[in-house]
Amino acid sequence: MSAPAGLETMEITPTLVAEHGLSPTEYERILEILGREPTFPELGVFSAMWSEHCGYKSSKPLLRTLPTEGACVVQGPGENAGVIDAGDGWGLAFKIESHNHPSAVEPYQGAATGAGGILRDVFTMGARPIALFDSLHFGSLESPRARYLLDGVVRGVGDYGNCVGVPTVGGEAVFDPAYERNPLINVMCIGLLRLEELAQGLAEGVGNAVMAVGARTGRDGIHGATFASEELDEGSDRRPQVQVGDPFTEKLLLEASLELIRRGLLIGIQDMGAAGLTSSASEMAARSGSGIDFDVALVPTREPGMTPYEILLSESQERMLLVARPGRENEVEDVLAKWDLEAAIIGHVTDDGNFRVRDGGEVVVEIPVTQLVDECPTYIREALEDPEVRRLRDADLTPYQGLASGEEAVRALLVLLDSPSIASRSWIYEQYDTTVGTNTIVGPGSDAAVLRLADTDRGLAVSLDCNGRYVYLDPRRGARIAVSEAARNVACSGARPSAVTNCLNFGNPLKPAVYHQLSEAVAGLAEACHALGTPVTGGNVSLYNETPEGAVYPTPVIGMLGLLDRLERVVPSFFQAPGSAVLLIGETRDELGASEFLAACHGIVAGRPPAVDLDEAGRLVDFLVEAASRGLLLSAHDCSDGGLAVTLAECAIEARGGPLGLEAELTGRVPAAAAFFGESQSRVVLSCNPEHVDSVKELAGELGLPIASIGRVGSPGERFRFGAGGLIIDVEIDEAADVYRSALPRRMEKEAGLTT
Amino acid sequence: MRIGIVRFPGSNCDQDCYRAVEEGIGAEAVYLWHKSHDLQACDAIILPGGFSYGDHLRAGAIARFSPIMREVTGFAGAGGPVLGICNGFQILCEAGLLPGALVRNRSLRFRSHCVRVRVERTDTPFTSAYGAGDVLEMPIAHGEGQYVAGGTELRRLEDDGRVVFRYVDERGAVTEEANPNGSIHNIAGICDEGRRVVGLMPHPERAASKLLGTDGLEVFRSLLREALAGTGAGSSASAGAAHGESEPAGVGVR
Repeated sequence: MSAPAGLETMEITPTLVAEHGLSPTEYERILEILGREPTFPELGVFSAMWSEHCGYKSSKPLLRTLPTEGACVVQGPGENAGVIDAGDGWGLAFKIESHNHPSAVEPYQGAATGAGGILRDVFTMGARPIALFDSLHFGSLESPRARYLLDGVVRGVGDYGNCVGVPTVGGEAVFDPAYERNPLINVMCIGLLRLEELAQGLAEGVGNAVMAVGARTGRDGIHGATFASEELDEGSDRRPQVQVGDPFTEKLLLEASLELIRRGLLIGIQDMGAAGLTSSASEMAARSGSGIDFDVALVPTREPGMTPYEILLSESQERMLLVARPGRENEVEDVLAKWDLEAAIIGHVTDDGNFRVRDGGEVVVEIPVTQLVDECPTYIREALEDPEVRRLRDADLTPYQGLASGEEAVRALLVLLDSPSIASRSWIYEQYDTTVGTNTIVGPGSDAAVLRLADTDRGLAVSLDCNGRYVYLDPRRGARIAVSEAARNVACSGARPSAVTNCLNFGNPLKPAVYHQLSEAVAGLAEACHALGTPVTGGNVSLYNETPEGAVYPTPVIGMLGLLDRLERVVPSFFQAPGSAVLLIGETRDELGASEFLAACHGIVAGRPPAVDLDEAGRLVDFLVEAASRGLLLSAHDCSDGGLAVTLAECAIEARGGPLGLEAELTGRVPAAAAFFGESQSRVVLSCNPEHVDSVKELAGELGLPIASIGRVGSPGERFRFGAGGLIIDVEIDEAADVYRSALPRRMEKEAGLTT
Repeated sequence: MRIGIVRFPGSNCDQDCYRAVEEGIGAEAVYLWHKSHDLQACDAIILPGGFSYGDHLRAGAIARFSPIMREVTGFAGAGGPVLGICNGFQILCEAGLLPGALVRNRSLRFRSHCVRVRVERTDTPFTSAYGAGDVLEMPIAHGEGQYVAGGTELRRLEDDGRVVFRYVDERGAVTEEANPNGSIHNIAGICDEGRRVVGLMPHPERAASKLLGTDGLEVFRSLLREALAGTGAGSSASAGAAHGESEPAGVGVR
């Protein structure tokens, strides 16, 4: 065809092409596809769909190496969310998404709309959202900017999730100067559905009506997808690219969408998320091998005079695109009206394979769907490790291996308990409704959150993990640790890990050092997911997380889901009763590299992250699941940041009914600093009834796992005493508890002078 | 017994209340749509928690004008038992069915955690299955839960014994630390003059099952008890008197 007589006849110059984030080669490809020059709206459409965010330009070849198949997988990558079979006809839809750049600019709205977007991805699958999780990475809380961002993000996630009525039940919060200018805000949502009601983003059946429903389209968030695919620069005002969320409308849209799906009124449904109407319409057509033809003049807008370009690329929130079953359009409108929402028929499905957009009847965009959606150019970039990282990894850590005295060890423990990356997160999660929905069996603060699965006596356990410092110092090993730690957290509750969603937060992939991190980390993820039998059902890639000062730590956040056969067998993380036997499963090695101890107590980020044996990690999972199902354990807490001393202190501080004392000793030849604070992998602190010690040890022996009795839980008011490497940490447990609990409020409430 | 649960746009504890009624006490639960005028012959009405109308303007300020609220007001006027939980409590105050108001928490932050409340009165349809002075554990989850009332209003509430729940510590004592939101006199729940309309900020429906704790279950079970005793809607405004209620001593408030 000849170029459509677009209303917007803006001249396509090389500068304009570059401003749209498209390279000259990519533009050549567009000319080839179209056989002519693109119109201005077409350029916008290509820019959005071929952005890193929508097109996975730099990551797609790598992501193909991840395992995506498994017995439990109902829906793998490529849909709005992954779905696994949870038994009894129930499915779980889940996915994680980043909202890093919007939150760096406007933390409250950035985080709120992050929660909103992932909720929609889940309920478009026909699933009722039952839980939210957030993985937050900020700069040091000594910086006012980081405190401002944390405060805004927590309010944003909270206000949105609380209002929609979905509990936020877990996550992680990490503080490191590496995230100072570019925080990471990843939100995961899990939804529950009847598998026979699984909905998909399809546009099938020639002539079927395409409908825009929910909120009206405004001028907010235009080119958000492109914004997300650039580095954050200083000075420029990016606030117009941040969307504004309305959780009340979201709640109405949620109820209306589920009602439409349940009543069988739809062929397909998709969130108008990143790249709005453009991505939802073109992706639905691409999945179905069909075409789509709609008129932007029929899209309900918030203000008059919006151009086709703006309507196509708006990222206004709380909107959905539907394809109705023929003859049911009026019923669709009735359901929307019941929930006080608008619906408009804007076009229809075709079979000509084109993404065709009209403006008052006149064609302004006509692009073959397959080329637009599935043939985004992908790149294998140059990878080269930063020699500085290699130098840090090989640093000599001997000066830090000794501790002069027990008192010095106590001081180090208290510094670690006061570290915002370790301390109690209650300041954060007490701003989130954690109990709405009446499914929260284990809420935030434990290794994994545990939720009741519908009305069954089974449950699901979920953990969100990534230690970016590990990945920075050794991307492949760090990624393997992220997966195995997430699996271990889930297994500590007694659940068997089932499947993974991931959010890959990295810097600019055009830089060989960053691409090296990305490719190595994805390789590590693939290895670990293979080894642990946990397929990846989808996720999100967020690149360009960097500022002129540099990139964030490479941070592949892992969301792990597991299933628990009997809820009454759920294992808590922390000590349950005085007199319980305390055991340590797993081996404590002389490993201090990349530890929180080095970062918090010595201010250095160096050394090799701890070794991880994936086969051993798998056997440890087997042990935890089996021990839980036999009812042998009173508690199981993963040993991670801060090492064994911190893990034991957490078990004692967060003990049921209030802090309990401890008398424990780790024998062996590991020097004191590594014994107390090293972060050797595949270790779990267990407590059990003394009469079960032999059975627990026997089970560990059968699985070839090292295990040792290390002590006994004390009573309230007794001291916390833990000996290792020839020294003893001897501290008042209430003092330790006070440090642990006040770390965040002390830093966050000082400006306001508020403590409650 | 049939218990109606009102669904406003933005209600989000409606399904939890439904579950508490059906599974917790084995009674019949029905949803009542906010645009409807039909109470479906319910024996009791619950206004559940959530963010009706997105809390636009003020929590509960718009919901009070819903068509269904005219019927709820009539039902309450005839002595029908009405329970407002969290946002439901805010709506009851906005509708004038309960005195006082709920304003932003003193911390200016949303607060979500478990609290303890003491049962102050057992002569309401929602507390008759408790003992006076019982200390219950239930979650709160609210940003605007600070109960306030004017001097005269507050004096009348206290003098009439219409404070139904108070925030307390683990020993049952009214303390500053036990007060999660700055509510005056640690007030967590109150009733109207007829003792038939009760509102509270904590969520009994979230503590009404074996897995999550059962301290809130008696709020719902009290209704069954009243039905068994034959003191249904409109028949008595002082049903609790039969339980030998005595004014709990030592409120000890500031």
